[in-house]
Amino acid sequence: MSKEHSHIISTIVEHKPGVLYTVSNLFRRRGFNIENISVGPAEEVGLARMTIMVRGDDRTIEQVIKQLNKLIDVIKVTRLNPEHSVTRELALVKVNAVNTKARSDIINYADIFRARVVDVSPDSLMMELTGTSDKIDAFINLMKPFGVKEVARTGKTALSRGAKSIIIDD
Amino acid sequence: MKKMTGAQALIESLEQEKVEVIFGISGGALLPIHEVLCDSNIRHILARHEQGAAHAAEGYARASGRAGVCMATSGPGATNIVTGLANAYLDSSPLIALTGQVNTKSANTSYMIGRDAFQEADIIGITTPITKYNCQVKSPAEIPKAVKTTFHIATTGRPGPALIDFPKDTQTGKAEMDFSDNLKIRGFKPNTEPHPVQVKKAVKLLLGAERPMILAGGGVIISNASPELLQLAELLMMPVATTFMGKSCFPENHLLSMGNIGMHGTMLANIMILEADVLLAVGTRFQDRSTGNLDSFCPDAKIIHIDIDAAEIGKNVEVDVPIVADAKPTLSLIRQQLVHKIKKQEDTPWIKQVKEAKEKFLSEMDLGKCELSSPKLLRELRRLLPENAIVTTEVGQNQMWAALHFQAIKPRTFISSGGLGTMGFGFPAAIGAKVACPTCPVVDIAGDGSFRMTEQELGTSVTEDIPVIVVILNNSMLGMVAQWQRLFYGGRYAGVKLGNVPDFAKLAQAYGAEGVRIGSMKEFSDAMKKALKTEVTTVIDVPICPEDDVWPMVPPSKGLKDTIRGV
Repeated sequence: MSKEHSHIISTIVEHKPGVLYTVSNLFRRRGFNIENISVGPAEEVGLARMTIMVRGDDRTIEQVIKQLNKLIDVIKVTRLNPEHSVTRELALVKVNAVNTKARSDIINYADIFRARVVDVSPDSLMMELTGTSDKIDAFINLMKPFGVKEVARTGKTALSRGAKSIIIDD
Repeated sequence: MKKMTGAQALIESLEQEKVEVIFGISGGALLPIHEVLCDSNIRHILARHEQGAAHAAEGYARASGRAGVCMATSGPGATNIVTGLANAYLDSSPLIALTGQVNTKSANTSYMIGRDAFQEADIIGITTPITKYNCQVKSPAEIPKAVKTTFHIATTGRPGPALIDFPKDTQTGKAEMDFSDNLKIRGFKPNTEPHPVQVKKAVKLLLGAERPMILAGGGVIISNASPELLQLAELLMMPVATTFMGKSCFPENHLLSMGNIGMHGTMLANIMILEADVLLAVGTRFQDRSTGNLDSFCPDAKIIHIDIDAAEIGKNVEVDVPIVADAKPTLSLIRQQLVHKIKKQEDTPWIKQVKEAKEKFLSEMDLGKCELSSPKLLRELRRLLPENAIVTTEVGQNQMWAALHFQAIKPRTFISSGGLGTMGFGFPAAIGAKVACPTCPVVDIAGDGSFRMTEQELGTSVTEDIPVIVVILNNSMLGMVAQWQRLFYGGRYAGVKLGNVPDFAKLAQAYGAEGVRIGSMKEFSDAMKKALKTEVTTVIDVPICPEDDVWPMVPPSKGLKDTIRGV
């Protein structure tokens, strides 16, 4: 058996009610684990792109892809090569900023990480940050001493590099 | 374009799909459909329980090779067909369920579905994991396309069950209906033709094989590929073992037939398949009950795997030559390529070995000690029935004895719940098969436990004039569970004793059917002969030895090599 690792699966699905249920139900039923999933409209009206991170060995991933392909509402399934694709996540991080020193330290860190301050209150700051998941983890770790109040992360989304694109059949 | 109600559009669509019969039970959320159905040529067969309707529709589908249709009202009607859908899903049968649903809107709110209305059940949510496709109609105008899409998906590629949910106001609402033929489903394009490179690889393996063997599954029956299978097997003189679902795809009275492999396969098939150096597996998913422990399943064989469902390739067994395609054209193409390269093989050492093994194992088969043992009864039943007779079974010992001792000769003449193992499947399936093939005798080989689960369909068979024969192998127990308790749980019976009730002959008579309890083989033969001539359903109650076991058997988690003959 080959080793388990994370895989990025990019799927084009019919953008209609119930499709997320159908896809997530397949993972549950067959015992595949979703590490994270992100969904949004694709380039063509009526279609959505689901980016799913799955952990498993090669044989499991092959089954995941084949089973996804069997779903009628799934139009295209591709496995992205992590080395030839761009993977990003967006996070909103709310941190305690009770004094001027804390506030300026936080803003300094934010600059280094290219995070933007998107909300300010007398006691807190909210930052918006995009990047790889590792970068977001690192930023949140740095914020911990100040007191992280809330974190919202979108989960990863991804596209392959270069001019090539997933061809959606008619 | 025609203006009509949703219910009218549904019936017109069903007529276009050439539906002849719907098995179902009416109800509040189906009233508009039933109103239109009355004036249609489609026959509605009123079942006595929706589960019976679903199994009957599957029996119809498997006997005829066409879609079987069942219909149930919203809520409990719909949830009662769930077992039928799950059964059809695991046995890849084109079963189509039509369900009523509460209104999408009520008079004073913009929505009704989702408010837990009377007899509302989320049947789409419930059946998503056990259907190939399901959908809920949101407006009357969607109905023609929904029906066309559903029939296409259920019957094309690897068949499977599908469900359409019709909220009541989509049945009564009027719209301009478009019945045109153009159907575009972007996410559904099954591949039927084999890839030439893969076929070439398969041919090369078969040409080099010294001990080739075929493992044929239910896919061969679904694809109507029995003639092609027979021709290929005879060309290379390859012995043919079948999976349980494959039973009847190859004539079991043929020299090359090895019978079923699996937990209760024949000794012959289970032992010989391990000898093969090339295994041509077609239309099978290598299910655990067929293969036994995979570590010792055909370790030395190169495996060619033909299946129309790409997801079955490599799911359970790693194979050497995968071919994703329909069995029929693939077997035909393999044969065409072989026929120029090879002379018909008659007396290879392999065939000699197979013949000797067959003689040995057949002479050693355990037929039981009692006069009325199930193996003997089933052999007598085969003698009494014509080749075109259709046999259905229930689930448990009756089913495994039937697989071992009732020879199936023609495709689609052995119909049983293989994947899900649904007790109560056989009797309603027999009713459905009889509707599909009214000139064939249809016999349900039953156990007393299973028959009790859907016996109320006696009402259907009598009032709708669908005569079938039920042979109950009656041991007053849940026999297969009892067998396991005897073998693996120290012989302590728990939850298996059904007692000698009811009197099945009287039960049949209470429904207006014929019922008889027999006490000898002679009485059995006489009762069968009479039943074959009678125009009403007959129940033949046969008391068998209560503690007979089904042999041979592969113990749980063991491999086919560990098949035991008996204790």
